[in-house]
Amino acid sequence: MTFLNYLISGISLGSVYAIIALGYTMVYGIAKMLNFAHGDVIMVGAYTVFVAMSSSGLPALPAILLSMAVCTVLGVVIERVAYRPLRGAASPLAVLITAIGVSYLLQNLALLIFGSNTKSFSTVVPLSPLKLAGGQITISGETIVTILASILIVVGLSLFINRTKPGQAMLAVSEDQGAAKLMGINVNGTIALTFAIGSSLAAIAGVLLCSAYPSLTPYTGSMPGIKAFVAAVFGGIGSIPGAMIGGILLGIIEIFGKAYISSQMADAIVFAVLIIVLLVKPTGILGKPIREKV
Amino acid sequence: MNKFAKIASCVLAGTMVLSTSAFAADTWKVGGIGPTTGGAAVYGQAVANAMQIAADEINEAGGINGYQVEINFQDDEHDAEKAVNAYNTLKDWGMQILEGTVTSTPCIAVAAETLNDNMFQITPSGSAQECAAGANAFRVCFTDPAQGTMSALYIGEHGLAEKVAIIYNSSDVYSTGIYETFVTEAESQGFEVVSVEAFTEDSKTDFSVQLQKAKEAGADLVFLPIYYTEASLILTQAAAMEYAPTFFGVDGMDGILDVEGFDTTLAEGVMLLTPFVASAEDELTQNFVSKFEELYGGIPNQFAADAYDGLYAIKAAAEASDLNPDMSISDICEGLKAGMTSITFDGLTGAGCTWDENGEPTKDPKAMVIENGVYAPME
Amino acid sequence: MKKTISRTARQNAITYGIVLAFFAVMQPLAMTGKLSSSLSGLLIPFCYYVVLAVSLNLTVGILGELSLGHAGFMCVGAFASAFFSKCVQGTITNSLVRFLLALLIGSAFAALFGILIGIPVLRLRGDYLAIVTLAFGEIIKNLVNVLFIGRDSEGIHFSMKDSLSLHLGEGGEVLVNGPQGISGISRDSTFILGTILVLLTLFIVLRLIQSRDGRAIMAIRDNRIAAESIGINITKYKLMAFTVSAALAGAGGVLYAHNLATLTATSKNFGYNMSIMILVYVVMGGIGNIRGSVIAPVVLNLVLDYFLRKFQLMGDSPVLQFLSDNRMLIYAIVLILIMVMTWSPKMVEKRNALFGRRKESKEG
Repeated sequence: MTFLNYLISGISLGSVYAIIALGYTMVYGIAKMLNFAHGDVIMVGAYTVFVAMSSSGLPALPAILLSMAVCTVLGVVIERVAYRPLRGAASPLAVLITAIGVSYLLQNLALLIFGSNTKSFSTVVPLSPLKLAGGQITISGETIVTILASILIVVGLSLFINRTKPGQAMLAVSEDQGAAKLMGINVNGTIALTFAIGSSLAAIAGVLLCSAYPSLTPYTGSMPGIKAFVAAVFGGIGSIPGAMIGGILLGIIEIFGKAYISSQMADAIVFAVLIIVLLVKPTGILGKPIREKV
Repeated sequence: MNKFAKIASCVLAGTMVLSTSAFAADTWKVGGIGPTTGGAAVYGQAVANAMQIAADEINEAGGINGYQVEINFQDDEHDAEKAVNAYNTLKDWGMQILEGTVTSTPCIAVAAETLNDNMFQITPSGSAQECAAGANAFRVCFTDPAQGTMSALYIGEHGLAEKVAIIYNSSDVYSTGIYETFVTEAESQGFEVVSVEAFTEDSKTDFSVQLQKAKEAGADLVFLPIYYTEASLILTQAAAMEYAPTFFGVDGMDGILDVEGFDTTLAEGVMLLTPFVASAEDELTQNFVSKFEELYGGIPNQFAADAYDGLYAIKAAAEASDLNPDMSISDICEGLKAGMTSITFDGLTGAGCTWDENGEPTKDPKAMVIENGVYAPME
Repeated sequence: MKKTISRTARQNAITYGIVLAFFAVMQPLAMTGKLSSSLSGLLIPFCYYVVLAVSLNLTVGILGELSLGHAGFMCVGAFASAFFSKCVQGTITNSLVRFLLALLIGSAFAALFGILIGIPVLRLRGDYLAIVTLAFGEIIKNLVNVLFIGRDSEGIHFSMKDSLSLHLGEGGEVLVNGPQGISGISRDSTFILGTILVLLTLFIVLRLIQSRDGRAIMAIRDNRIAAESIGINITKYKLMAFTVSAALAGAGGVLYAHNLATLTATSKNFGYNMSIMILVYVVMGGIGNIRGSVIAPVVLNLVLDYFLRKFQLMGDSPVLQFLSDNRMLIYAIVLILIMVMTWSPKMVEKRNALFGRRKESKEG
């Protein structure tokens, strides 16, 4: 029974990592950049919902839609102002550093606007917890919604990428930007669209993260962002189902590490497992092997 | 070679002003250091704001010994190296007295500097033992060991529990310090520590494992020597798993009722030992809380109260030794040292507070329990 | 051939010259007390940030692998050396001897970790390698935080739980106290020692780059398969660069540890935040450009910890007040602007048109 409870805790935590990792892996897979600011877009999404619900009294659903709109615009603006000018720069690290700058910027803007006080986020999920085995096992409504949302996003994104024209364009851009351009694909537009989708996913992730763990500060996004990055690598960077599997596994490992080994060393355990997995399978669980051309 | 770096370095080198600033002797220059950005910003900002309130009040009432007080607060990002940078910047400004730093680790680093310079230092909230190790260093808050011991004593003497679980932050100096002394004292008390679980700065969202272990060990009281941000998450998650022991906190727990959006019914029955209660009825607290709310929004936490008291303690000590800002930094320090040990101070964080030569305060913490969404004194 | 050699030598001389000139200006000013406290307080940090940036540039710029765990090696060097210094504080009283021994121990430990981590890690590529270095950095930080070492009359006690489990006897002393780290370290770092360490780092890195080994390392960076096909031992050279880089980062950590009275491992000073910070220095100074890595940390630290702090003291203007109250915000904007201006292909083109084309030197 205890084991099952831990497993469910792990899945709850993992589902949150998964939903963040989906946005991460989407941007990484297409634009080939580590968007370190993704975690902070999540934070902006959560603040938007918080303000909309507590100050403007909006109901949950419109608040989430508003937050998605805000994050989409934010994502596109960031891409346009900070990332696009660096496309084709001499080193891919240039845009990585800029992303770090954007991350600092968002954190400090949030600090300036919302202050440093912790806000307690009231949940947007109206479901009551699911009780099994005579009340010994509880699965919270947030977990159920987060998992369902993750699955929906995985299916939706896969359909979008494989079945629609803009989706195919994304695939082409991710394979070879130069060739895509020659085929008449608007590379800049496609990448902007990727950021738009990735950022609106971040808004959803932000809302669900803060519903499950209701504590919101300007730095809320940064650690889950790093963990989600780890999850995305775990599952194989660029792979959409991989991000979901990676996220959930990461959550389970973290909880089991705390429960059965040591709660002081939870981080070390998570990272050690990651290293072992990558050494056995160097491109993550569902990652494509890197082909090398001579 | 990067052209930007080259140009920038020339410009910077050209404009670098080498200065030993002139000391204006007609005002008291009190410096403050604490994190105003980063994860610990909430504590540093509270201190900065409260120091400003105290300084404005003091200036309005005629200053300290007739001299106005100037405040300069520098950010240390909760980092030892940055705190020393902040301290050096304040020295260039002409600081004569330091109220800081807010958090323990930076405070230990800065204390080594102030000891060197013989600059008077009073930390509002640096609770690790080493923060006030030097003869020039005092503190307003309790030490970690004192809090741990007092909490264990209180629980034992009042028979609050038989089985106690602890959840602490193993990457935090404050939390670890209290936890260790709590366990030491608990050995001689009539209860048993049945579960000890930790969390770290990098994994402080999910507490289900820690709570599950406490529940399984049959703990009827969970001791939380942590700050209220994490405590609010723990209370929420405990409620979700229908685990309802008594939660017992220390001064870091104060502020939990004022987390915006927090369901305060979850905190019902939480006990804490704290020197400051924002809802207290006395005039001093009421005045401070209303000013703080008006100027900065939100209810001040114990960091703010400690900082407010700190500046007033400086005032009282300076007046007791009849100091003026014309004196050298070292003379001011000696004067304040003598003053601090001679005064009996009534502040927000306790009446009749005195300091010994080690810089440690003697005052009584108040045991509080949360009833109907507000603090009520126990007994 | 002769001409290129002399060109490299001249470039090297300029790099050393910048360091020496900086020292020659700052040291007399600091000695005579003419330098402001804030600036003299930054001198030693300048030194260790330069050491860290130059050493990371060896991995990132010369070896061509992205490492996000550089601060982990710094952490190993810092803690190993600080533990040593703390232990022998009573026995070795000469601070120079103590510091040099600490430096050796810190670098050796960091190098050892470099080898241990390098062997598995260097098999990976690209971002996978980056994340594994990040993971190692975080593991090191986490382990240091649960490390408790104490000493009493019976000898050294060790625990991974808390200081109570050390069961120290009467008069026992906790040397390494978990999250509280090591406090009361003798502050043996000086600007002179820091400058010597910078010069030594430059000497080691430049010599390595400009040697036969260095050319092999850069050949691996530019085309691994081609390098392998001409018989270059990939693992050996990768490991060589990675280990030297780790050892130097450890040396930077030693300087860091002996500059402050207390040493703790937080994500700010030894976690991924610091690793990223060092990476910022490297990229801003120019990837593979060693001289850039000497200048960028100094410039960025001056902006963040000198100028932005000083704004407040310059006058009562609300603008200056806002700037200094929000220095991290301003810093973020400056960071983005610099990156866009120096790296954007469009800007590079414009600059070249404006200043005339200059050959970018890789070896600096």
